Parts: sequence; C-alpha cells; structure tokens
Amino acid sequence: MSKYLIRRLLGLIPLLIGISFIIYALLNMVPGSPADQFQVSPTLLPEDRERIIENLGLNEPWYLRYFSWISNVVQGDLGNSYVNFVPVWVTLKAALPNTLILSGTALTFALVLSIPIGIISAVYRNGVFDRIATIGSTAFFSIPSIWLGLLLIILFSVKFQDWGLYALPTGGTHSFRGESGFLDRLEHLILPAFTLGVVQLAGWTRYIRASMLEVIRQDYIRTAEAKGLKQRVVLLSHAFRNALLPLVTLIGLTIPDLFGGALIVENVFAYPGIGQVTINSLTQSDYSVAMGAIMMLAFLTVLGNLIADVLYGVLDPRVRLT
Amino acid sequence: MTEQVQATTSAPGRSQPLGDALERSRLRSTPGFYRRAWKRFRKDKVAVVALFIAAVIVVFSFSAPLVSELTGYSYITSDLRNKLLAPGEGGHLLGTDGNGRDILTRLAYGGRVSMTVAVLALISAFTIGATMGSVAGYYGGIVDSFLMRFVDIVIAIPGITLLLLLSVWFRPGPTGLAFVIGGLAWTGISRLIRGEVLSLKNRDYIDAARIVGASNRRIIMNHIFPNVVSIAIVWMSLALPGLILYEAALSYLGFGVQIPNPSWGNMLEEANDFYRDSWTFVFIPGFAIYLSALCFNLIGNGLRDALDPRLNE
Repeated sequence: MSKYLIRRLLGLIPLLIGISFIIYALLNMVPGSPADQFQVSPTLLPEDRERIIENLGLNEPWYLRYFSWISNVVQGDLGNSYVNFVPVWVTLKAALPNTLILSGTALTFALVLSIPIGIISAVYRNGVFDRIATIGSTAFFSIPSIWLGLLLIILFSVKFQDWGLYALPTGGTHSFRGESGFLDRLEHLILPAFTLGVVQLAGWTRYIRASMLEVIRQDYIRTAEAKGLKQRVVLLSHAFRNALLPLVTLIGLTIPDLFGGALIVENVFAYPGIGQVTINSLTQSDYSVAMGAIMMLAFLTVLGNLIADVLYGVLDPRVRLT
Repeated sequence: MTEQVQATTSAPGRSQPLGDALERSRLRSTPGFYRRAWKRFRKDKVAVVALFIAAVIVVFSFSAPLVSELTGYSYITSDLRNKLLAPGEGGHLLGTDGNGRDILTRLAYGGRVSMTVAVLALISAFTIGATMGSVAGYYGGIVDSFLMRFVDIVIAIPGITLLLLLSVWFRPGPTGLAFVIGGLAWTGISRLIRGEVLSLKNRDYIDAARIVGASNRRIIMNHIFPNVVSIAIVWMSLALPGLILYEAALSYLGFGVQIPNPSWGNMLEEANDFYRDSWTFVFIPGFAIYLSALCFNLIGNGLRDALDPRLNE
C-alpha cells in the first residue's frame, strides 16, 4: 500500500511538469505581452520600456524563463503579478477558499440529493418515481449553467424584489454594508452553489441509479434477502455500500468538470474565486497569475484523482494496489 | 450461396416442412445490423421526437437568410428607438435586443454559427481522437504509453482554462474557434477507441484473418473499423451537446465568437447587461442552447440503446 502510494506520488511529478510546460509554452506563445500595458503612456521613453522589459525578465526566451519559473516554484515562490506586482500566491490564497467553498457546497448538495434519489429510482425501477427522476435528470443534465444562473438571478433577485418578496443577492460573497457573517455568506452562496450543483446532481443521480441496479442483480444480494434480512438492511448495508465504490472514483473524475463549471458560475455571479482570477489575468495578459491559477486547478484535479484511486483501494479489498 | 440453399432444399430424402422453412428463411434475409438498430431507434419515442426537434432547429438555423427575409429584419441593423421590445411588440415575433435588433432573426444567424462551430469541432475532435486512439491501441507498447500519458496531461488541465488560453492565443473566427475546441475535446473518444481496438486486436477472428494472410490495412479497415463505428456514432451524438455548451460558455465569457457576429453564446452575453429590463431577451438564446443540447443528448441516448448489441432482441 505505502509502496503504491509512493509510486503514485512520484508519478505526479512528471505529470505536473508536463502540464506546467504545456501551459507555460501556450501562455508565452500568445501574442501580446505583459509589457504592452506600459505602451499606453505617451511619456514613456522607448529605452525605459526596454528597461522595464528587462527588469521583468521578459527579454529572455520563454523556455529559459520556464526553467527559472519552475525552480522558483519548487522553492515555493510563484512569482509576482505583472500587473499589480502583488505576489501570485497572495492573490490565489484570497480566491482559493471561495472556489473551494462554492464547489464543495455544490458537490455536497448534489450528493446529498442524488444518493437517495438514485437508490429509490433503482429499487423501484420503472415506477412513477423512477420515471420522474429519469426525466428530471435528463432535463437538467444538458442545461447551460450560464442560462440557469441568469434565470435564477432574474427570478430570485430581480422579480422577487419587484414583487416585494425576500430577494437574494445577485452576486459577490458579502454585502457591502450592513449585516455580515455566516448568514450573509450563505445568502450569497445559495444561487451560485445551486446553479453549479444542479448539473452535477443530474449526472450523479444517473450514475447512482445505474450503479445500484448493477449491484442489486448480484448473488450476494439474493443471499441476503434469502437469509430473511430486512429490505432496509439489504439495501443500505449490502447494496449501497458496494454501489458506492465506483462513485468514489467518479468523484475524482468529475473534479475537472466541477472546477470548469465553477469558473463559468463565478463569472455569472461575479463571485471572486479562482475562475475569476484566471479570466481577469488572461484578459490583462498577466501571465504569472494565469500560470499560477491554472496550475493550482490542475494540481487539485490531479490530487483529487490520486485520492480517489487510493480510496478505492482502501474501500474495496478486492482491489490490490501494488 | 443461393444455389447451395436451393440444392439442399431440392435434395431428395429431405422432409417437406424443413425444405419450406429453409426456403422461407432464404427469402426473408435477415436485415443488417444498422437496419435493425434503426428499427430499435424508431421504437424510442423520446429519441424520435428529439430527432425531429433537432432537425427543425438545424433547418431553422441554416435557413437564416430566409428567416431574415420572412421577418423583414436584418440581423445586424440597430434600431435604438425600438430596443428591448417584448415578444410580439412592433411586429417582432420574439421581441428585440438591447440594440433594437430582431431576436428571431439573430437567433437563426446565431444558431447557424453555433451549430457550425459545434459540428466542425466534433469532426476535428473525432479525427484527432480516433487517430490517436487507434494508433495507440493497435501498435501498443511505447507508442501507446506515450500517447496515453499525453491524454492524461490534457485531461488534468481544466478544459475551459485551456480553451480560454487557446482562444486568447489565436483570437479565432468561428472556424478557428471550432478547431480550438476540437483540439481539446478529443481525449474521451481516443480512450474509448483505444480500449476497443486493444480488445479487438487479440480476438480469434483477427488472428484467423491474419493467418489467412490479410494485410494490416485490410485488418484495420475490414475487421476492426466496422466494430468501432457504433461507438463512434454514440460518442458523436453524446459529445455534440457538450460542444454546443462549450461554444456558448466561451462566447459568453468573451473569448469565443466575437460581436457583431451573432452566436447563441454571445447573444446571452449581450442579454446579460439587460437582465433587469427584459427577461425574454435572456431566456430566448439560452433556451435555444438548452433545447438543442437536450435534443442531441436524447438522440445520443436513443442511439446508444439502439446500437448496443448486448441489448439485441
């Protein structure tokens, strides 16, 4: 087990190096440079501009800069922003918790609802509940989150306010004045987390239903029923625990979708997370921040997959990790 | 073949009923795999309805100039005195947008762009993925592990950020955008095809073909390829809605199809500024995206059920 873990952790290193190299190369081959922002000033002399470029280290070819970038990263230094010269890590540290809270809430919401729905659908297969759940999950699965987000804003923020009802805020994480604290935070989280969670919910319901159907057919379920166990016991402690196994891997695999979705949802709700940092840095040619943000997401994705694989081995004794 | 059957049926000593049965089975030649699949697909009412709606959307989008002719409005001329009209007002069937342009006309033009981008992206993703997957699966060994590590890397980068990056780089028009999306969406199909080819190439019938002296080319084209086609069809129909959503997301974020070229995604972006004033302006382009994504998903589900040989009657 520990041998497997060490081998997998070592395997992460070339993977992360590969990812960072590709992103760094792409970022630096993009036309336009962080130095372009200084061209706006008419009083800036050409030689000053040259000096700024040299100070930023932008006169060197990108592959040489990649090596200095990665040796700094290994020492825990992600560099400074090219636009406001704040250390990249400071920007990321401010945004990362917001993204994690948003995606974590969405994932929890999706799992908490999809597990009972999936189980009930599978047990009463082709029943009324199953039909409704299947139609619902199909309908929500292809909903564009931008559209859903905007419609929710229109209904719960704009129309509710017009109708004199309790209206939810349209975006951000805090109110600018007045009340703050947990409830205020929650108010701002409801709409974006719901938007992000609904698409996940639809996908998870399908998977859990399929996974349960697969397990229910197994011989040991029939044995458990033949022993005269209560249906609740058979379903929850025999069937569901085994149906859960593929889901652990799936949680790992859906992490990229979750972050990708969070990026869009953050934009719709002006929610200050990693996605917003990424988009802003890309529009401002602030490549050091963009590099840091994209690598952060990639790192979390890779780590999530690793944890899922390892957990699978821990949970399922039939899988031997060597 | 036919002569043989006739020869056996007319052979002396055979009982009459068996001869009849053989004769009947010869006349009622079994329909082919795809004919049977189509028959199964037609039984799936939801999928058939979805196919019909999708066809209507495609026809509506690709006859955009005709729609413009019928509504009497151009998709690009602003009319600021009549902006943000509700559906039905002033002869605009679906109302007008923030610049007073007819939404119905723009929806058709936008659909044409969105559909074209999605389909081109699908074709390019499939070409890359199928090539990568079949090469990796057929040759195996070091080629396989190299290509699959590359797939791992592409998968680990959150797709949308890579798309944003590539769009910043190329500042592409609609066609370029399609290839950028396609350059990223190929990982799924490459893994599917690799897995299938890997399992097919060790089957007995492939060995048999090789023993008979079939060339690599013949084995790939005649014995492996037909088995991969149904996977490819199902993947395509299930990937298309994802690509439509990708185009919409990119255009919404301002990295995709650029204004004044309409696409469903950037119509939604423009509508974003007016959500307090006109909810129909937000609702309509988003609904078009949703409806087409939903229909292609349902068609994909129907095709998967129809083409899965394990569910054969």
